[in-house]
Amino acid sequence: MKKYTYTEKKDTRSGFGAGMTELGQENDNVVALCADLVGSLKLAPFIKENPDRFFQCGISEANMIGLSAGLTIGGKIPFATTFANFATGRVYDQIRQSVAYSNKNVKICASHAGITLGEDGATHQILEDIGMMRMLPGMTVINPCDYNQTKAATKAIADFEGPVYLRFGRPVVPIFTDPDQKFEIGKAWMVNEGKDVSIFATGHLVWEAIQAGEMLEKEGIDAEIINIHTIKPLDEEAILKSVRKTGCAVSAEEHNRLGGLGDSIAQVLVKNQLVPQEYVAVDDSFGESGTPEKLMEKYGLTAKDIVAAAKRAIERKS
Amino acid sequence: MSVEYRKKILKYIYKAKAGHTGGSLSCVDILNVLYNDTMNVGPENFSSDDRDRYIQSKGHTVEALFVVLADKGFFPESDLETLCQYKSHYIGHPTRKVHGVEQNTGALGHGLSLSVGTAISAKLDDKDFRVFTLLGDGELPEGSNWEAALTASHYKLDNLCAVIDCNGLQISGPTAEVCNTEPLDAKFEAFGWSVRHVDGHNLKELQDTFAALPFEPGKPSMVIAHTVKGKGVSYMENELKWHHGVPSAEQYELAMEELGGVL
Ligand SMILES: Cc1ncc(C[n+]2csc(CCOP(=O)(O)OP(=O)(O)O)c2C)c(N)n1
Ligand SMILES: [Mg+2]
Repeated sequence: MKKYTYTEKKDTRSGFGAGMTELGQENDNVVALCADLVGSLKLAPFIKENPDRFFQCGISEANMIGLSAGLTIGGKIPFATTFANFATGRVYDQIRQSVAYSNKNVKICASHAGITLGEDGATHQILEDIGMMRMLPGMTVINPCDYNQTKAATKAIADFEGPVYLRFGRPVVPIFTDPDQKFEIGKAWMVNEGKDVSIFATGHLVWEAIQAGEMLEKEGIDAEIINIHTIKPLDEEAILKSVRKTGCAVSAEEHNRLGGLGDSIAQVLVKNQLVPQEYVAVDDSFGESGTPEKLMEKYGLTAKDIVAAAKRAIERKS
Repeated sequence: MSVEYRKKILKYIYKAKAGHTGGSLSCVDILNVLYNDTMNVGPENFSSDDRDRYIQSKGHTVEALFVVLADKGFFPESDLETLCQYKSHYIGHPTRKVHGVEQNTGALGHGLSLSVGTAISAKLDDKDFRVFTLLGDGELPEGSNWEAALTASHYKLDNLCAVIDCNGLQISGPTAEVCNTEPLDAKFEAFGWSVRHVDGHNLKELQDTFAALPFEPGKPSMVIAHTVKGKGVSYMENELKWHHGVPSAEQYELAMEELGGVL
């Protein structure tokens, strides 16, 4: 198993903020919008350096998405930012009509995705956003794994023409990817080659998958781990190549098991290469208050859960 | 000023190491008067269809609501020891798992529509109960509020009273700078509401104002309550960071001292 280590943990939303700061310096067309959550989205440096390119919308998310779509006319690249539930479910029709259907170059950037935002509880913990966003024709859906990758993805989507949903979060998680990485939209990242089971993970569950890979190795199981940072367009080729070798799959995501990464992969497998697949995801439930660690444990999103899922998948191979 | 409630709010936020301090302290006098003077609702009649309804649109300041509900006897106050903790029903926003809560809220901009719907249902069944809702001044830019405001006057909902906790602050700054909504009275009057201003920390003024409901027959009533975010603790008052700041041990002691000693 390839060794991954880290010296520092940070929240992925800070990676977004750092990416925005650089974009502010490098790309005059980038503008940012926020709905009263500039602190949570780590936008302070961008706003300080580019006060004219920042629009505080107040608590009016639907309005913010409409404004963003409007701002694309004339070549602006709007980054519309808020918490993930207010960036998706609350404003779905604005995104559907004015952004996706109209193919506008809007970047919807969402922090506090999933259950790990902690104390605020279910109203703020969205577990359906990947599903909603990936169902929209033409929408690109990205869920990077750590600070460095989130920063790289933030910069990459500015150069990409078309609507994007970029998802990140609040908890601090290990930084284990290259600070100078080039982020390739739609290209899965091979974390570890293996032959017994393919673990496809997204977001900070990639780190959990790496931990799981190490635990499995101790039991003589050789896991292939692939970081699916782009859920749409999905790197079908990488997925199929992997399962043709390993013969079984595990998907791991901080999302409802309905509609997210797991279902995206299942669709590919059903159509092309039937192999057993096990889901590590939230089992169709709303969230609750608690620390990220406790919630990850309760909702079955830890390395241990990935290990168990890998064993179940292997068992079902024969 | 509702000193005991303030102490309890701080106590449980301090214990939970989480919560929305400033906005709970700004709205607790309003809740005090609504629950102890104005509204016909308590644990004894909570299953009755005739009870008055309270829906808290600014769900994040749930601590003020929980403390008042506990005092009303909806649940033992000791339950709040588990506030915001794993597996507790007393999560960071109102939930119907807690006895006395009418509606799950937390995403802003929902409460007014919910209240308008509830008020319409009362009219439909010829019921006399009234509907009260509490909005934050920062949440007013949500378009749904204005859609609901139109519906309320369209259906002549004089059984509906909305209160705005006008503390002048939200998360990112002063409300006037984040997204100016003034003049609020003229806006709601233009939308067909009857509007009154009140000092949101003056219990007598609040009592008298609510006693005068409906302000005009055939119109929904709007109370613009002028409040201070963090009211009652000098170093929290009008300070942005206390939106969801949690006091340190020293700060907690200082606050309790200012409020007249630990519970
Ligand atoms: C739809 C929605 N957007 C954003 C938030 C995050 N949020 C929670 S409280 C808050 C500020 C609220 O300000 P205000 O309404 O003035 O409340 P108060 O000052 O009374 O605390 C924000 C932006 C939310 N809960 N819901
Ligand atoms: Mg306010």
